[in-house]
Amino acid sequence: MAILTEEQARELLKKALSYSKADQCEIVLTGGDSSNIRYARNSVSTSGAINRSTMIISSAFGKKLGTATINEFDDASLQKAISRSEELAQLAPENPEFMPFLGPQTYGPPTPRFVPATAAITPKQRADMVQQSLQVAKDNNLTAAGFLENSSGFSALLNSKGLFAYTTATDINFSVTLRTADGKGSGYATKAFNDVSKMDTLAFSKIAAKKATGSATAKALEPGKYTVILEPAAGIVLLEQLFGSLDARSADEGRSFLSLPGGKTRLGEKLVDERVNIYSDPSHPELPTARWNGDGRPMEKINWIEKGVVKNLSYSRYWAEKKGVKAIPGPDAVIMEGGTQTLEELIKGTERGILVTRLWYIRPVDPQTLLYTGLTRDGTFYIENGQIKFPVKNFRFNESPVIMLNNLEALGRSERTVSGESGTNALIPPLKIRDFTFSSLSDAV
Amino acid sequence: MNRKNFLYLTGMGFGGAMLSRIPVFGAPVSPEAMLQSSVDVATKKRMADVVLNAARSKGATYADVRIGRYLNQYVITRENKVQNIVNTESYGMGIRVLANGCWGFAATDKLDTDSIAKAAAQAVAIAKENARLLSEPVQLLPQKGYGEVSWKAPIERNAFEVPIKEKVDLLLSVNDAALKAGANYVNSIMFLVNEQKYFASTDGSYIDQDVHRIWPLFSVTKIDAKTGKFETRQSLSSPRGMGYEYVMPRESDKIKGAPTVLYRDRYDMLEDARAAATQAEQKLKAKSVEPGKYDLILDPSHLWLTIHESVGHPSELDRVLGYEANFAGTSFLTLDKWQSKKFQFGSKNVNIVADKLQPGSLGAVGYDDEGVKTKQWDIIKDGVLVNYQSIRDQGHIIGLTESQGCCYADNWSSVQFQRMPNISLQPGKTPLKVADMIKNTEKGIYIIGDSSFSIDQQRYNFQFSGQLYYEIKNGQIVGMLNDVAYQSNTQEFWNSCSAVADQSDYRLGGSFFDGKGQPTQSSAVSHGSSTARFNGVNIINTARKI
Repeated sequence: MAILTEEQARELLKKALSYSKADQCEIVLTGGDSSNIRYARNSVSTSGAINRSTMIISSAFGKKLGTATINEFDDASLQKAISRSEELAQLAPENPEFMPFLGPQTYGPPTPRFVPATAAITPKQRADMVQQSLQVAKDNNLTAAGFLENSSGFSALLNSKGLFAYTTATDINFSVTLRTADGKGSGYATKAFNDVSKMDTLAFSKIAAKKATGSATAKALEPGKYTVILEPAAGIVLLEQLFGSLDARSADEGRSFLSLPGGKTRLGEKLVDERVNIYSDPSHPELPTARWNGDGRPMEKINWIEKGVVKNLSYSRYWAEKKGVKAIPGPDAVIMEGGTQTLEELIKGTERGILVTRLWYIRPVDPQTLLYTGLTRDGTFYIENGQIKFPVKNFRFNESPVIMLNNLEALGRSERTVSGESGTNALIPPLKIRDFTFSSLSDAV
Repeated sequence: MNRKNFLYLTGMGFGGAMLSRIPVFGAPVSPEAMLQSSVDVATKKRMADVVLNAARSKGATYADVRIGRYLNQYVITRENKVQNIVNTESYGMGIRVLANGCWGFAATDKLDTDSIAKAAAQAVAIAKENARLLSEPVQLLPQKGYGEVSWKAPIERNAFEVPIKEKVDLLLSVNDAALKAGANYVNSIMFLVNEQKYFASTDGSYIDQDVHRIWPLFSVTKIDAKTGKFETRQSLSSPRGMGYEYVMPRESDKIKGAPTVLYRDRYDMLEDARAAATQAEQKLKAKSVEPGKYDLILDPSHLWLTIHESVGHPSELDRVLGYEANFAGTSFLTLDKWQSKKFQFGSKNVNIVADKLQPGSLGAVGYDDEGVKTKQWDIIKDGVLVNYQSIRDQGHIIGLTESQGCCYADNWSSVQFQRMPNISLQPGKTPLKVADMIKNTEKGIYIIGDSSFSIDQQRYNFQFSGQLYYEIKNGQIVGMLNDVAYQSNTQEFWNSCSAVADQSDYRLGGSFFDGKGQPTQSSAVSHGSSTARFNGVNIINTARKI
């Protein structure tokens, strides 16, 4: 559906809410469009446009909750969906952890998440952007595979307690893998922004091309502990495992890396190197996020790790009430403060080490220590005396982001990146880490 | 619906950790809405004809349309609480066209005549705009039209018709059994899926299909309060292409004699939960493994995932050709290896079959999502690579005259592309029991259940873990181990396969959520095997301190 204005969304939600007979009712309306081009073997493979909208109605009687949905918004459909959600609520058993819906909240000023130019991208513009990427492949005798997607959408919430919230957002994300014709070299680049004007598919494809041509004829190094420089696209896939695990309940219950014997937790303890500062901030100009979360709680600037100390954990409303603390929602996107050095300067300051473009197939091994395994991919290089000397074969690693951030050597400048595993956006620096554990070699290119 | 919205809707809390890589589609509806029949077939045919005619009139040389109603039900509990019951429905239409030799796709949930005709025109416009990016036009293998046909999953009891109370009671009983057996925490979930799919194409097919899936699962946690250590044991269930009968236990479907009861086509969730609580406690006290080379005896509840990652994915033709290079990766099973007709993927004991027919499997359907009747074929024969998995626009590259029927889209709003059929290791041809395998093993580890899994982008190097590890010394199980993971290289691993148990041990494992493609799609696939032995595999110790 077309993006509804705040007033249009409010009016539609008010009409739906007027049919409610439940003790409490909350309605979320979302809608938007997304379009994409996927290419491989230097040719477009699939592309499409998707238009979707949903109204989700949650009705509660006491502590019994039911939900229903519609994607048609005439009066009869609205009435039918409201009564369906009420029937389901009556069928559901009581949930002692059910929390009443929130009343009116105060949110900060809107964040610059919606960029009209991104919402207005045409099929021709998308094709032109991909054409630039394909041209880089052809100019360098490489084979390109990539993906370009843009989306725009809105979300609005209204409930019977008088809470109303509205937000809009746009997004454009791009990733490209370029491979040498003989299959011996591979390079990768990925970026995501709210603003299409920041998306330079030509420049990013050139970076991937340089890595592809530079990574052919890789040498095998023995697995073991190495100093590594993780570019942001590599670092994010390990760091997001840490960001996503800062949950109070699992820590309190004793089943988290943040748990300690006797029901204690690491909240307030120094967990990692004191140069590590991790926070979330919806109004950050480089990484704006929504002012409210899924249940209507305000999203504010929160320090999660400050000077290496765990400062805050996220709480569900139920768990926060039980513990008598503020119900801090989990972050939408995370920022890790960096230093002043560029990636090139980090390399220059490295006597011996390995530059990692990307990490792949990250999976948990042990939740007790937050140990993960995965592999390097698409551009792994040996550094000696401040210079990239030669490409190296890919490694499998077994490493914990907690141990990794205790072995911090240096931080580069933070930049916006996107996880190739989850699609999560973050603002993080390149990281120089000592004693990073590579446990075996991979023949993969 | 994205995962974030799903977690919000389901109030998953820690149970969300069990869903860490699950994309979720659809939106909640009431239970009785899920039992209402969707739009009748005659109406769907009329809608499909509107789309096909509109696409042709705009210049499409081929078009297909999928009208899909995708229903999910999630019953989510922890300990003695029902956290949520969510019914989701997603209904809409996906239109794929070929114009100027290029694919175009458009999807909409506005299904009035005007909107679907516009969507068809949009798909054609996209195809024409992108045709300038083509290096060569799409070539489609021919496909005859089947006319009006249908297929229904052969279920015994429609899980969506089972009262919610019955499902809730089962899960709460499971939780209670685990807690009484000593667990500190237990999360349990019942996932149900029903895909009501209508496909039509300019080839002249009008195919109506009704697909059902079920996955009951739990996670039990035991904590040592003194040390702060905790261990979990996940359920040994498999997701299946079955109805509610899967959770109705049957003695004849139990395999006894192993350190824990194992299950064929019926699952005893209560019994497994009790065992899980006991075993989670045993894991806290288990010996930490000594790294080195061991012979591995892998139960089908574990081996399915190794098959999936190291055989299923590398034999996907689209990966081999480079279509997945930017995301999932490529494959070491390059065309020259297949052309040589002598690439020794594994030992002579290794026979791998692809199929989309096996009753009760996740991959079983009558027709794929581009109108191809499903079938069965060999991938690895006596250890040698003999074939791949492919679809209509790629089959010609390996000389096929008809598609193998591996096309699938996870939703009406997703474009269909090549997805894995069931890929299964065939049982040994001579009688062999697991007990005999253990008897003949000097230094080994018996692994049951799946856990951590990771493999490189060309499917050479992998690392896997399990739920339960038992040390074998001189032909005897001598105790439980912990902190185990094995690392290997695919060809080396499968060539070390020294034995496969016989048909009596054959079982299906599988994945409800196999991710691939951009935008990422999820598909469900089963993998069958009997217990198999692999000699001299490298074991690492995963214990760390923070």
